[in-house]
Amino acid sequence: MGFDPSYAARTFTSVGTRPIRPDGVDKVTGRARYGADFNMPGQLVGRILRSPHAHARISGIDASKAKALKGVKAVITAADLPDLTNGNSDLHDILDNCMARKRALYDGHAVAAVAAIDARTARRALDLIEVDYEVLAHVTDVDEAMKSSAPLLHDTVFTGGVEPKPTKASNITNRTQYGHGDVEVGFKEADVVIERSFKTEQTHQGYIEPHACVASVNPDGTCEMWVCTQGHFVYRQQCAELLGLDVSKLRVTSSEIGGGFGGKTHIWAEPIALALSRRAGRPVKLVMSREEVFRASGPTSATSIDVKIGARSDGTITAASATLRYSCGPYTGPWAMLGAMTSFACYDLKNVKTVGYEVLVNRPKTAAYRAPSAPMAAFAVESVIDELAQKIGINPVEFRIKNAAKEGTKSSYGPVFGPIGIGPTLEAAQRHPHMNAPLGKNQGRGMACGFWFNFGGQTCTDLNIGADGTVTLTVGTVDVGGSRASLSLVAAEELGIPYAQVQTVVADTGTLGYNDMTDGSRGTFSSSMATISAARNAIGVMRDRAARMWDIHVDDVAWEDGHAKAVGGKHDNLSPLSVKDIAAAAAKTGGPIAGHSELVADGAGVSFATHICDVEVDPDTGATKILRYTVVQDAGKAVHPAYVEGQYQGGAAQGIGWALNEEYVYGEDGCLQNPGFLDYRVPVCSDLPMIDTQILEIPNPNHPYGVRGVGETSIVPPLAAVANAVSNAVGIRMTHIPMSPPRILAALEADRRAH
Amino acid sequence: MSGIAVSTTINGDDVEFLCHFEETLLDVLRDHLGLMGAKEGCSTGDCGACSVILDGRLVCSCLVLGAEAEGHHIETIEGMATGETLHPLQAKFLEHAALQCGFCTPGFLMAAKYLLASNPDPTEEQIRFGLAGNLCRCTGYDKIVRAVQDAARVMRGD
Repeated sequence: MGFDPSYAARTFTSVGTRPIRPDGVDKVTGRARYGADFNMPGQLVGRILRSPHAHARISGIDASKAKALKGVKAVITAADLPDLTNGNSDLHDILDNCMARKRALYDGHAVAAVAAIDARTARRALDLIEVDYEVLAHVTDVDEAMKSSAPLLHDTVFTGGVEPKPTKASNITNRTQYGHGDVEVGFKEADVVIERSFKTEQTHQGYIEPHACVASVNPDGTCEMWVCTQGHFVYRQQCAELLGLDVSKLRVTSSEIGGGFGGKTHIWAEPIALALSRRAGRPVKLVMSREEVFRASGPTSATSIDVKIGARSDGTITAASATLRYSCGPYTGPWAMLGAMTSFACYDLKNVKTVGYEVLVNRPKTAAYRAPSAPMAAFAVESVIDELAQKIGINPVEFRIKNAAKEGTKSSYGPVFGPIGIGPTLEAAQRHPHMNAPLGKNQGRGMACGFWFNFGGQTCTDLNIGADGTVTLTVGTVDVGGSRASLSLVAAEELGIPYAQVQTVVADTGTLGYNDMTDGSRGTFSSSMATISAARNAIGVMRDRAARMWDIHVDDVAWEDGHAKAVGGKHDNLSPLSVKDIAAAAAKTGGPIAGHSELVADGAGVSFATHICDVEVDPDTGATKILRYTVVQDAGKAVHPAYVEGQYQGGAAQGIGWALNEEYVYGEDGCLQNPGFLDYRVPVCSDLPMIDTQILEIPNPNHPYGVRGVGETSIVPPLAAVANAVSNAVGIRMTHIPMSPPRILAALEADRRAH
Repeated sequence: MSGIAVSTTINGDDVEFLCHFEETLLDVLRDHLGLMGAKEGCSTGDCGACSVILDGRLVCSCLVLGAEAEGHHIETIEGMATGETLHPLQAKFLEHAALQCGFCTPGFLMAAKYLLASNPDPTEEQIRFGLAGNLCRCTGYDKIVRAVQDAARVMRGD
């Protein structure tokens, strides 16, 4: 019988409770093993040499002195990673990013790597590698890179999505457009039109655990890799393709992961570790330093965005448009496209148009960062929404409620929405005591909405019943923040047994079928769907076994409250059989009992949030203090509410850091000037207040329990919420993120001069 | 022999090790002694993931040389629980879901233990400043602060 993923209302027993996570004790006692906490016999230490230039031709690499150093077991360059990508340009970009082939394209681009018996020998070996660089002109700013006079990263790039196809190469790789209606007509219908330009600086995901892996390649072609990743099946696939390995011979185990937020969905150093191991004939451990993490992994796009919105004086938006330019680093990506898709998703618009441009710059390859591209677009749009409300003279929350998307709305990116939570989150925010709390001098309140698609994807799960009736749930989605607890709850719920009877583990790539990454807020959404499916299959097996034990027809066996029950008057004398009873008899009734599930988890429900933020700005220093912060978000169904709240709070905190402090600072030389946590300042405990959360539950019709992804949407509204609060506090519209003290002081000074 | 012989006390046990002059206490704990609870997040003293308590003082073990441990008493996360009994801070971190990825957790627990040793009844602000040397990127700190508040109550016997 096929699995039906449709939502069906039910009363939950386990789902919605807050038990302690199964991996918890390991994590509070120091026993949990992360990327760098694993060693293999005979292991060498790997280190990577990186370009000190933003853009340079590599004329030659002389590694002879490094190779001659005692204790050095392998030195590799791009020549040791031959191009096997066979015309796949995405894969070629990954290969080129892992190690520069002809040109170094950003400060920090890998150019060579060594494996040695210890770290000090490896470091000395790096110093002995002589690279002949021919320094080239560079460009790091997204607007500068779009100019026809800008240095080109690749003379083979001709902007896609433009008719006729350009004949001159440029740094704009692609143009995308979304929308419907006619914005020009819409703007003519408006009584008030606001048009503004915004900039956001590049930020890093800032996971505290640097990238780390241990790779071992054997002479017979079998390989093992231990790695911190959000998706070990994808890492396996890409590494195998880049190195010409059989997928089945490369067994990848995901370590505990010390944060990823999208940054660990991309391979960086893993192919290098494998290539070093292949060359050295020994396992190689490769751990990035924090400086390497900043210079060569991660960051999100820097952006330049123009937004224009028009409304009638009754508060109806008549048209909205945006032009979004997103930096991609040296290789193209979908970043401006995602910005263009998400910009106006919160609103029900008759006329809307968004245009995105993907722009190449000499910065690290842009990586996904939690609802990638949406926060910057929301910053620009929600700032204009606020300003428009003020100009019309409508309360900003009422203005948003009046124009909010709802079930049946044709979204700005195309699809028609089903049941969604933007209206309810706005109404909850409107009712929240925070909205009407008094404010003092130099203080301001801001609000903003946010949207993220969420993703489902390929998912495979096994559920095995032990001989004692306890359950092992084996999943292939990496647990980034408590999903093993959530999935244990779901298995317990579906089987009708206690949470404590289920143990969830994350399988390696050799012991379970393919799973997509833990990205797109899919971990709990998709694996819970597969868990329910696997549990239902296991229940089918257990009903069959009970029927055999009773010697009755399986149709006369029902599953209720964790027990097989014989139904019908003729079976009145049969006592229900527990999972334990059935498991104990398994050897005599057909062998091990398990349920499996392989599915594509379609129907990820879109997610909306509304945030409220109070700030106080010190007019003498330009420093902003967050006084109060409230998150209202739709979870569909909160499986483990404590970890749902944690996602809301964590996303808000990251967004606050982005709004106020975090930014990549590049010098005139195109080199990153702040590759460390001292100068790239993420929020610390004393920067933040408690972050109040309110979970709404508007069931996702495409999940049996109504679950939606919850991980990403929380980072979408904060940039705008904080910007609106700061703008209201200082009486000046802030248009450049982060609103660091120097930028706020400059804005105050410019305002003084203008008046 | 270029190694430096060091005698120290770790979690109450006498420990001897050899280290190179440039190796940090964090390197020694992780690479020589198998105590991997302290994490390397930055190696510049900015993230606090490697926090340990040295003679009653909270330090970043990445900023202490291994050789400097000679004759000192060091407490690490591995010594926090007593047998099977978790320290109240450990128990409250679990109860309050004060960790997501858990990478920063050992450092936070050491910092919180140090804070409560010197101030058993801290205000929220004192907790926030007491933990300001430890970075957490997952939680937004809300549940960490609540866990420390709750653990402090338990430890005071309120």
